[in-house]
Amino acid sequence: MAIVELKDVVKNYGGKGSDAADNAVDSFNLTTKDGEFIVLVGPSGCGKTTTMRMIAGLENISGGTISIDGRDVSQVAPKDRDIAMVFQSYALYPHMSVFENMAFALRLKKLPDAEITARVQEAAKVLDIAHLLERKPRALSGGQRQRVALGRAIVRQPQVFLMDEPLSNLDAKLRVDMRAEIVKLHRKLAVTTFYVTHDQVEAMTMGQRIVVMLNGKIQQIDTPQRLYEWPANIFVAGFIGTPSMNFLRGKVGADKRSVANEHFNLTLTGARGGALAAHAGTEAIVGIRPEHLSYLAPNDPIAENVLSGVVEVVEPLGSVTMIQVQVGPYRVTAQIESHLTVAMGEPIRLRCQTDKLQVFDATSEQSLLQAPAAS
Amino acid sequence: MSSPAVAVPSRGKPAKANLSGAPVRRLLAPAVIFMFVWMIVPLVMTLYYAFRRYNLMMPEVTGFAGITNFKLMFTDPTFWDSLINTLVLVGASLVITVSVGLGLAILFNRTFAGRGVARTLAIAPFFVMPVVTGLIWKNMLFHPVYGLLAWVFRHLGLNPIDWLAQYPMLSIIIMVSWEWIPFALLILLTGLQSLPEDQIEAVRLDGANRWQEFRHIVVPHLGQVLYVVVMLESIFFLTSFAEIYTTTSGGPGTATTNLPYYIYQSAFFQYDIGISSAAAIGAVILANIFSIFLIRFVAGNLNTGSRR
Repeated sequence: MAIVELKDVVKNYGGKGSDAADNAVDSFNLTTKDGEFIVLVGPSGCGKTTTMRMIAGLENISGGTISIDGRDVSQVAPKDRDIAMVFQSYALYPHMSVFENMAFALRLKKLPDAEITARVQEAAKVLDIAHLLERKPRALSGGQRQRVALGRAIVRQPQVFLMDEPLSNLDAKLRVDMRAEIVKLHRKLAVTTFYVTHDQVEAMTMGQRIVVMLNGKIQQIDTPQRLYEWPANIFVAGFIGTPSMNFLRGKVGADKRSVANEHFNLTLTGARGGALAAHAGTEAIVGIRPEHLSYLAPNDPIAENVLSGVVEVVEPLGSVTMIQVQVGPYRVTAQIESHLTVAMGEPIRLRCQTDKLQVFDATSEQSLLQAPAAS
Repeated sequence: MSSPAVAVPSRGKPAKANLSGAPVRRLLAPAVIFMFVWMIVPLVMTLYYAFRRYNLMMPEVTGFAGITNFKLMFTDPTFWDSLINTLVLVGASLVITVSVGLGLAILFNRTFAGRGVARTLAIAPFFVMPVVTGLIWKNMLFHPVYGLLAWVFRHLGLNPIDWLAQYPMLSIIIMVSWEWIPFALLILLTGLQSLPEDQIEAVRLDGANRWQEFRHIVVPHLGQVLYVVVMLESIFFLTSFAEIYTTTSGGPGTATTNLPYYIYQSAFFQYDIGISSAAAIGAVILANIFSIFLIRFVAGNLNTGSRR
């Protein structure tokens, strides 16, 4: 249970002529709350794992400071940071039984045998692996190994948990189960946790706050809901949500409420109405999530905030149907109700939910909307 | 050329079905014949001679000898000396090669400038033939007048040592170890390199210091590899001959006569093929005792070691 603070943390692997542009992680600033579940998410090579390894002390930091509960640990050896890590490959000790794997760190701490046994039994019960304690890691399934790896971290009762893509080696169903289990476990233990993943679904479902990273830089730190509703830039907007957001390029109209070009004219409403006041005439990119587009019957009189095009692809998923519609030069994905029958090659009209639109500056790719202050 | 290869799958039969019709016996024959001629025949001949009166100095004395050859061998003090010498040589060389090899392997597992060159140099002794090893050490290193060690001793103001005369067994052990440290180094180094990085990281986060990391992660990981090294090396050390032949010739006295050299002496100095064969059988039994003991010991150790 601790507050982890990263201040201007920089990682540069050096090498010939490397400068700030080569930073693997660039001025990373984050202060966690006590017992918070932070997810670091981003595409491969964005620096999320490097950041985690710096918190663990497995990588030296090139600049800045990392502190845990106010104690600067930047130069402290990994073993003295009181951090437990769950590795992607689990990194169980193959020659030790499950019990010994979990007890190992406690033995190194020279705790009395009775307490070690008690703690391991307790963790094993929580993780439902009590019947496996005598087995060797190689005799376990992937999901069981995953639990042992978690157990090894839990028994230590550390100040901070680090989890490096712990679910990526599991099959899809097990991953969903373990996801819920880890969240449950976190709620129970309330230990500050950093969780690295490249899967935005994992990030959204597990994180209390999510750090979206790209090319070593933080793009946005926010709660899942706010990331979804108020993405700070085009990258975050496209990264969060499946299928990803549609982007259409146009110009902010003279009414300072709409973005348009020859193929569409979309007017912002609701909380977003006044956001474009200072941007009349600027090139902008408007973002619409597939779930905010809805089917419009051909005879419906509504003509505003409508995209019309030709259906190119129909993907029925059972509960909903994904369609891809060619609107002028744009390929737009929409999520429509599954009872609607649309055929490929047919014209279609889609209505936009205008209070959910995103608008980004076309050059800086930053959002032009003002997110309301966090509650 | 390719048409029959294509025809096989096109018939729709699995490849295994075709294998049953293959001339398995004929294909295995070369290997079996080779093994037979090179191993079984000499072994059976040795066994046969061990129970025969067969001394080249007395060609007219022939016939079945019963266990006379073994009786003579067991009452020969040189045999017992050679047996002890063999065990000392094997044991000491094993300890030295494995411990120094492990140390070097840990060293070479790190990155430092010139590692490639240093590694090649460290492995080089392995490519020197045993006879050449013996001659180099005898004439260029151990020699009390011209040897490198003598030169060093003189420069330190000490009296040069006549190694082969004063410390014959130690000298042999040094030579054999010098030759075989690279072998241990090579195999242990590959073992170390196959240790997953994340296990080391996990154990560091678990709070282990360097020694605990070595003791609890590296050594168990190397268990199998160590077993291979000890196994192979003890078999090779049991048959050390060239180093002894080219340097001390088993002397002074019987100080460096090991079992292979004893066999050689009985056959080619005393011309007694019978006793020589009996000793050879003894050597075979010793080698087997060694390997069975080792397999038991190491396998047991692996199983219990993994519980700790």
